[in-house]
Amino acid sequence: MIRIANAQGFWGDSLEAPLEQLRGGPIDYLTLDYLAEVTMSILQKQYARDPRAGYARDFPQMIERGAKEIVERNVKVVANAGGVNPETCGEAVAAALNRAGFAGRMKIGVVTGDNILNRLDDLLARGIELRNMDTGEALETVRSRVRSANVYLGAFPIAEALDRGAQIVVTGRCSDVALSLGPSIHEFGWKRDDWDLLAAGVVGGHVIECGAQATGGNCQVDWETMPDLAGIGYPILEAEPDGRFAITKHPGTGGRVTVAGVTEQLVYEIGDPRAYITPDVIADFTTIQLQQAGQDRVQFWGIQGRRSTDFYKVSISYSGGFKASGTMTYGWPDAYKKAKMADQILRTRLERLGLKFEAIHSEYVGANACHGDFLSGEPPRDLAEVTLRIGVRGSDPVAIERFTRELAPLALNGPPVVTYPSGGKPKVEEVVAYWPALIPKTEVGAAVTVREA
Amino acid sequence: MPRVQLRQIAHARSGDKGDCANIGLIALRPEHYPALAEQVTAERVKEHMRELCRGRVERFELPNLQALNFLLYEALDGGGTVSLRTDAQGKTLSAALLRMEIEI
Repeated sequence: MIRIANAQGFWGDSLEAPLEQLRGGPIDYLTLDYLAEVTMSILQKQYARDPRAGYARDFPQMIERGAKEIVERNVKVVANAGGVNPETCGEAVAAALNRAGFAGRMKIGVVTGDNILNRLDDLLARGIELRNMDTGEALETVRSRVRSANVYLGAFPIAEALDRGAQIVVTGRCSDVALSLGPSIHEFGWKRDDWDLLAAGVVGGHVIECGAQATGGNCQVDWETMPDLAGIGYPILEAEPDGRFAITKHPGTGGRVTVAGVTEQLVYEIGDPRAYITPDVIADFTTIQLQQAGQDRVQFWGIQGRRSTDFYKVSISYSGGFKASGTMTYGWPDAYKKAKMADQILRTRLERLGLKFEAIHSEYVGANACHGDFLSGEPPRDLAEVTLRIGVRGSDPVAIERFTRELAPLALNGPPVVTYPSGGKPKVEEVVAYWPALIPKTEVGAAVTVREA
Repeated sequence: MPRVQLRQIAHARSGDKGDCANIGLIALRPEHYPALAEQVTAERVKEHMRELCRGRVERFELPNLQALNFLLYEALDGGGTVSLRTDAQGKTLSAALLRMEIEI
């Protein structure tokens, strides 16, 4: 049995969780997921400005803080912190180990090959169209606005880095579940056609990939009595060579591991449960069996999988124009009415200015912002306050910029009992849009390097 | 037959994939799953969520987990990074579904 602990569900998750996972009890592997889709385009932008940037800087900092435990407890670490610059991230990790006084104590593996930004024109020229999976459109329509293009690699390159002795493995874009499936492949010698075993690894990886969402965080069942959310433990996957596994957490930590909470995570963002497609296997979530096996422990078995497709998924980001959103808060009495009137006034002014937008969206935080008018119903008249949140989106940054100047005046020239955030006008942001596509696996080669730190 | 709001017999979690919202709906007790499977159809979910979801609704069954999974197409105003909504990633749509009433 091996213990795989996850301590990062996205870049921005708890900075303390990795250290708590290292210190709170025995683990063999620590996995950290830093790359949401939007992260890749941000990192690509940083890399364009500075060729030494483009990776998750939190990661080497975490390695420096946790170096002692990583060395003394011989924990292996797998993270997709490499972003669009995994090699430099690997060097930063070596420098962090050096600063912590542990130079020359371990090998660092780096997985590359996911970044196809510089190959796009060559691929298109050879007839690899990279059509949008959702709309069927050809990439040509947005080619000039593309910001990043990364293939979701599988778990075998990670396993190879571990096979070659790496104690820390840094990757660029890979499937989220690869971070924990790679260690199981390495430890148990699972083969590329062990479909059921790989599927079990995928399901286990899916349960822990969003961190504390598997241990009682964001859980709707008994949330009011959830023990010590302030000290919530992050999930640990106890994997067996035959594919059975358990989900648990360190003793003494907050939260809860229950069938209810784990099932919420199982159905999170899975699409068709009979065909959860990953680069390595298609997992069938309708075959999952699970049961409570003691306090804070859920046992899994029976999972089946089948051969994956001949394609990798590619995540391409492109510039989709600009947007800005701002707020004005209206107080009792008749807060909702006042906010609605302010919205009408603002829209009239935008129209008179002749500003053109692709979309204007207004919502009333406190009354209907989450679920819309129809489901939220008419708000009570005595609401203490309502915040008008209005946003615009369009291709012309000048029009968006002009919009941001129209909110604050409402404080003096609109309905009464109003306040607005200090800190000035809303910021104009570039919209990064996504273009999911497929690429034949034969077009992609992952490369693994392993070096002494 | 008594009508109940789904929140009394089910729980849910939601998220996004591009402009598509994904809502997993789980029976709080196994005996409530048949009522969910029979009454919380793709058509009813589309009707219920019509203000937010401009596209179709697709439903998948997971009887092993006493759960249903719904895909709501064109439900996020363009998707996570494009959307102007507070809930650009559909994280609260789980609870929006739990407002639905069914008979048990």
